[in-house]
Amino acid sequence: MADAKVIPFGEEPRARRKARRAGRTGRDTALAPVPEARTEHPPATPPRPGPRSLDERIAGGLAFLRRRITGDYEVDDFGYDEELTDQVLMSLLRPVYEKYFRVEVKGIENIPASGGALVVSNHSGTLPLDGLMLQVAVHDNHPAQRHLRLLAADLVFVLPVINELARKAGHTLACAEDAQRLLERGEIVGVMPEGFKGIGKPFADRYKLQRFGRGGFVSTALKAGVPIVPCSIVGAEEIYPMVGNAKTLARVLGLPYFPITPTFPWLGPLGAVPLPTKWTIQFGEPIPTDGYPSEAADDPMLMFNLTDQVRETIQHTLYKLLVQRRSVFF
Amino acid sequence: MGKVVLVTGVARQLGGRFVRRIQRDPDVDRVIGVDAVPPEHHLGGAEFLRADIRHPAIARVLAETGVDTVIHMDINGTPLGKRGGRASVKETNVIGTMQLLGACQKAPKVQRLVIKSSTSVYGSAPRDPAVFTETTTPKSLPSGGFAKDIVEVEGYVRGFARRRPDVAVCVLRFANILGPCADSPLAEYFSLPVLPTVLGYDPRLQFVHEDDALEVLRIAAAAPRRGTLNSGTFNIAGDGVLLLSQTSRRLGRPTLPLFLPTVTWAGTALRSIGITDFSPEQIRLLTHGRVVETTQMRETLGFHPKYTTAETFAEFARSRGPGLLPPESLARTVDRLAGVLPARGGPTQ
Repeated sequence: MADAKVIPFGEEPRARRKARRAGRTGRDTALAPVPEARTEHPPATPPRPGPRSLDERIAGGLAFLRRRITGDYEVDDFGYDEELTDQVLMSLLRPVYEKYFRVEVKGIENIPASGGALVVSNHSGTLPLDGLMLQVAVHDNHPAQRHLRLLAADLVFVLPVINELARKAGHTLACAEDAQRLLERGEIVGVMPEGFKGIGKPFADRYKLQRFGRGGFVSTALKAGVPIVPCSIVGAEEIYPMVGNAKTLARVLGLPYFPITPTFPWLGPLGAVPLPTKWTIQFGEPIPTDGYPSEAADDPMLMFNLTDQVRETIQHTLYKLLVQRRSVFF
Repeated sequence: MGKVVLVTGVARQLGGRFVRRIQRDPDVDRVIGVDAVPPEHHLGGAEFLRADIRHPAIARVLAETGVDTVIHMDINGTPLGKRGGRASVKETNVIGTMQLLGACQKAPKVQRLVIKSSTSVYGSAPRDPAVFTETTTPKSLPSGGFAKDIVEVEGYVRGFARRRPDVAVCVLRFANILGPCADSPLAEYFSLPVLPTVLGYDPRLQFVHEDDALEVLRIAAAAPRRGTLNSGTFNIAGDGVLLLSQTSRRLGRPTLPLFLPTVTWAGTALRSIGITDFSPEQIRLLTHGRVVETTQMRETLGFHPKYTTAETFAEFARSRGPGLLPPESLARTVDRLAGVLPARGGPTQ
């Protein structure tokens, strides 16, 4: 499969890139300068618990089972069930993350170790697998094992089963109230401002960022005074190459789009298996928002400028990652 | 200073308890309980006046007794006892409130009005924010039933507050009130041996303990304490959230997940033969759930509930007796299993 049309922006020499890939020697000088305060966090992978003995695992599993069947666990106001997410939902997603999409994560040090932050990412892939992978990426790679709280479309909360799982995994409705509440509590919130325009765009438009809504995410971040972390996900565009959209069928089913891919719906459930692409998730340098006065959130010009800045950053990083990518699948 | 308090809806358990409680307050002189039917419980020496708040006669009661504080608790989702249907409840809620407010407006001595409202005013919908504040406007207003009554009642109360700015008006929006003697539809639901649930939905629920409900009503009825303000609208709920699946496990009652259309149909069928009063909005609550923000309650009203949502529910579960699958015996089963397994793998401890 031919790569998307790529306009390289500020591409670094190949030799330097190779050197960086070979030996990850401390700081990535080729990237934009990282704030000073972050240098004390080594970009090391978090210490994973070693393989436990069978007995320990059985005992742990039984204790877990005991808590679950007696209802002795906690959920937060949004219905987020941390225990279930850590022990069950993440474990189900991790094989997909590690083995199937082989996600490579860069720039995790751009996510603060504590306090709120708004991760703004591109959205693609027909089904929102990119959001789920992003959640695993943040949790598994961040030294503090932080949980990403995703903002999801209202469709998610209308569908049975899906809404239940989404709430338990810590997702909530993409609205300013919920986002601000989470940010003020010091959570990391993930948002994909392209929404359905991004996830349901035809394959020909891959890696072209769509309009970023009305930029509500910027004013929310500004009100909460948290940094915005731009995030670019490469690889999700090709999991379901959407070559057509059955609009009438979508309208009948009440969906925003009904994808037609080379395999779906022709092969039935088999056609719904995503292509095993190789993914890269890059977190960019955080954009601080705490320097603005409190009334800045109502200034539409500033909102548009900041929205554009975030959008451009993500788009340029996408192009850069696409140039570096050797193949869609490897 | 002597206070004369009028309480409506005293024939209900909560109204009766509130009258008994406020009777003991030192600065309350006289408590007058009003309801259309005589209460079955005693009112602890308070006067009972049999008056229907749907009739203008209530104005005479207010004028003759010189009431200065009105606690309007006769706003309910279900009829008291078996008599009367939804129509009479709605009439008491809406027409009753209108008459009572009209009477208050004519009574110059009234200084304080407390309304027992409900968080039903927010409705339950998937497209609403996860947590409601007092100022959130729900995306879809309740279309009927108790929730609509509440919306209308609060509308009249706002009108009254505009016309009588000298009266301190306090609207308390209670989450589901539970307690050992709660007689709400939700308490009835939790007493079913098998809990029918909606397949694929796990709603978030919040509860208030009866004792906390009485305490906050008392705070709202009295003069504001130092540093607090007790007029305005407040959400009242215990801390924390319970999922319906959690409540059923803690109660030890198995659930029966049903498709949403089936639940709606079954609810209508059961309601028409009079077994349970399962209204469409109850079904919506048990589908989408509802959580409210209680910062105003803490910071402005200065009320800190004694019971969290989980503690309220534990208290309620204790009063209801064990279900078919008591959590204690399930836990014992798992413990026994845990005792057997390590023996096979060798000594671990």
